[in-house]
Amino acid sequence: MVFVDNIVKDYGDLRAVDGVSFEVKKGDILGFLGPNGAGKSTTMKMIAGYLSPTAGTASVAGFDVQKDPMEAKRRIGYLPESSPAYPEMTVAEFLTYVAETRGYRTQDEIHDRLANVIIKCHLQTVQNQAIETLSKGYRQRVGVAQAILHDPPVLILDEPTDGLDPNQKHEVRNLIKTMAEEKAIILSTHILEEVEAICNRIIVIDQGKVRVNETPEEFKTRLPGSSIDEIFREITNSKAYA
Amino acid sequence: MNQIAPIFKKEFFGYFRSPVGYVILAVFHIVLIGLAIFAGYYESNQASLDTIWTFLPWTFLIFIPATGMRLWSEEKRSGSIELLFTLPIPTVSAVLGKFLAAWAFIGIALALTFSLALTTSYLGNPDWGIIFSGYFGSVLMAAAYLSISSVCSAMTKNQVIAFVISVLICVLVTLFGSQILLTIFENIASPGLLDFLGNFSFLNHFQTMTRGLIELSAVSFFVVLTIAFLGINVIVLEN
Repeated sequence: MVFVDNIVKDYGDLRAVDGVSFEVKKGDILGFLGPNGAGKSTTMKMIAGYLSPTAGTASVAGFDVQKDPMEAKRRIGYLPESSPAYPEMTVAEFLTYVAETRGYRTQDEIHDRLANVIIKCHLQTVQNQAIETLSKGYRQRVGVAQAILHDPPVLILDEPTDGLDPNQKHEVRNLIKTMAEEKAIILSTHILEEVEAICNRIIVIDQGKVRVNETPEEFKTRLPGSSIDEIFREITNSKAYA
Repeated sequence: MNQIAPIFKKEFFGYFRSPVGYVILAVFHIVLIGLAIFAGYYESNQASLDTIWTFLPWTFLIFIPATGMRLWSEEKRSGSIELLFTLPIPTVSAVLGKFLAAWAFIGIALALTFSLALTTSYLGNPDWGIIFSGYFGSVLMAAAYLSISSVCSAMTKNQVIAFVISVLICVLVTLFGSQILLTIFENIASPGLLDFLGNFSFLNHFQTMTRGLIELSAVSFFVVLTIAFLGINVIVLEN
């Protein structure tokens, strides 16, 4: 569903992403791990079509994100980091706006889509509240709601559980899991147990390069008996000081 | 192109989601009508809106950058621009949607000043042709000022910087043909150069329309300028 081939992003002299390649199939939940500044978000932004890569290609459901950006974007649900939205809009207004830009034009269609995601993301109680008045957890769920609104085949979620309390984290993870069968999902996170809980593939990215690309089980056999946390530290630190 | 509508809707009603839109409308109205009356709307004993037209470009200088400054810089500051450009919306549609929304907002502000036209027709017998050609000119001139503000807004995530820079540029293009600039430069620049610069003046082109003349050159001047700046706007965003 998602192919990333040798993608590179330079910011001036700094190479933020350095030849990253991977593939995500339908039914996969890919966990993107890496220290801050490793290039996780940049890679996701390039797949989502917000940044254009310096070199390399990415394609979504067969559409090159550079050559056919509109077709690719239609098939992606994207949750940007820290879930930006328009603070003065209410949840319902915001989701209606997203639904309209996603091509739903009749009242019935829009109402249908909204009702669906509002229930899935538990937003019933706040749907007529301005987004600026919401807590971090609700805002994050509005971001998730916006991403899954058009039931896209590909989901790219940049830290979807950031700022949620343990119960909400659990809920969002369950939501992601239930959608996984029909979709290809990429999510980035700093919470390593999350990867263990929901992902069936781990990519560790550090200093712009893919260091690890394997299943959680394989990942754990790297240092038998240690936690994912320890393995993560081992991989990302040894490279940094090598 | 059918992606323009959702952007327009969001942006246009956005002006009224906070008090800012109402405040801008009220201030514009009070300032413009106030200046017109102060400048002798009643004393002149003429059934025309000349006093409004005299001050309109100068009021626009502040009012339009204030309307346009948030168009892009607000999205950049809050990060929502990332959301906007990962939705299936071509940059051209986003630029046009936002531009048209702000233009419609300015249209409301202009429509409110029609109260003075009604007063005029109550007091006297104005030439409606001249009044409408004046309004037509105002709407066109507003589009040109707004396209400049929109470009400035796309270049920074700071609304204040966007405002100040677009006021500066708007002042410059307005002054190109004015007596003020001519007096300053008459000893330095050649008359030919000043005439040439005068061709780019908002004031000159607008004034012909307030006299009831809708010249093709004036109309095309504003239209071409607007399209050019909106084009620049698209380029700025895509880089």
